[in-house]
Amino acid sequence: MITYLYAVGRDLELPDDGSRGIDGGELRLVDEAGLQAVVSDVEREAFEDLDEHREDLTWLAAVARAHHGVVAAVGRDHAVAPLSLATVYLDDDRVRAVLRESREAFTAVLDRVEGRDEWGVKAYVRPGAGKAAATDRPTSGAAYLRARREALRAGDAAVAAAEREADEVDAALAALAVETRRHPPQDRSLTGRAEQMVLNGAYLVERAGADDLRALVEKLASEGSLDLELTGPWVPYSFAGGAT
Amino acid sequence: MNEPVRWTGSMPSAQGRQGGQAARAPQGTDLADILERVLDKGIVIAGDIQINLLDIELLTIKLRLVVASVDRAKEMGIDWWERDPTLSAGRSELEEENERLRERITALEQAQTRPARRRKKVERAPEPEPEGEQ
Repeated sequence: MITYLYAVGRDLELPDDGSRGIDGGELRLVDEAGLQAVVSDVEREAFEDLDEHREDLTWLAAVARAHHGVVAAVGRDHAVAPLSLATVYLDDDRVRAVLRESREAFTAVLDRVEGRDEWGVKAYVRPGAGKAAATDRPTSGAAYLRARREALRAGDAAVAAAEREADEVDAALAALAVETRRHPPQDRSLTGRAEQMVLNGAYLVERAGADDLRALVEKLASEGSLDLELTGPWVPYSFAGGAT
Repeated sequence: MNEPVRWTGSMPSAQGRQGGQAARAPQGTDLADILERVLDKGIVIAGDIQINLLDIELLTIKLRLVVASVDRAKEMGIDWWERDPTLSAGRSELEEENERLRERITALEQAQTRPARRRKKVERAPEPEPEGEQ
């Protein structure tokens, strides 16, 4: 067995909701240097063979869900610095060493996210926006191609306008946020939506500001022409980078 | 902190503005959203066992394809063609091509996962040396 590290925090407690780790492993706290790491034992072999396992997508999806489940449960009442997926150590002593060595980096992340949550806002081109009103059946190949070209051109213009509006949405949300990150828009095959994503933003917001953020998203959506989607609150994964 | 709730604040007024949070029926946190965060965000720190999760976007897309049920994917695909009026004329042809592409993806995925499983059974990796950085 090796030690899987989920998250690091200060004055952490294990969730009392029966949360388990990967493969149902029991969660433990490793305490060192004023920090606690949330860990569980995992089969060494599963992670050593990860290069092969990587293609076992069902397994990987289960690990991702379990990882997120633990981080979210621990983060419910405490500020936590979430680790990236599949950070494993040979034993608890190695985790203690990491807590000592990277104490400052962990502390910096915890200071940054304390009392704050991450919210995700995605914006999509609204369905039908900029679609050419070509309701007539094309009568010839040339007419079909012409209609197709016009539709594409109209679509391009709509996307450009949507991207400009996405910048404005991002700027408006940033005014309420302590920090922001813009992630690359997700591919359609990932979102499962036909509409193009033009904004994939993460916003670190004071817990007391959550209602204001919700209201602002609602306002921007009803006044603007983009479909907005708000997710959260998330443990601040997007704002934990920078520590090594 | 609760499991993130997903809602959209942008549904047409026909849906009513009552309770904006319920604009979209609550659903389990989307796997794509989880993967986007846990795979390439969070604190990246060297573990004792080197794990390379290469090409996260591709990996995530493949995961999404595996997780989405075939029916749902089919529904999405057909819906997509139907919504573009300039494409609806040649729809059946596109549907067929779509079908062929899906079969190809399945075949490719099987080709990739099968050898990995077989290998796992045949050769047990020898116990590697601990890479502890003392």
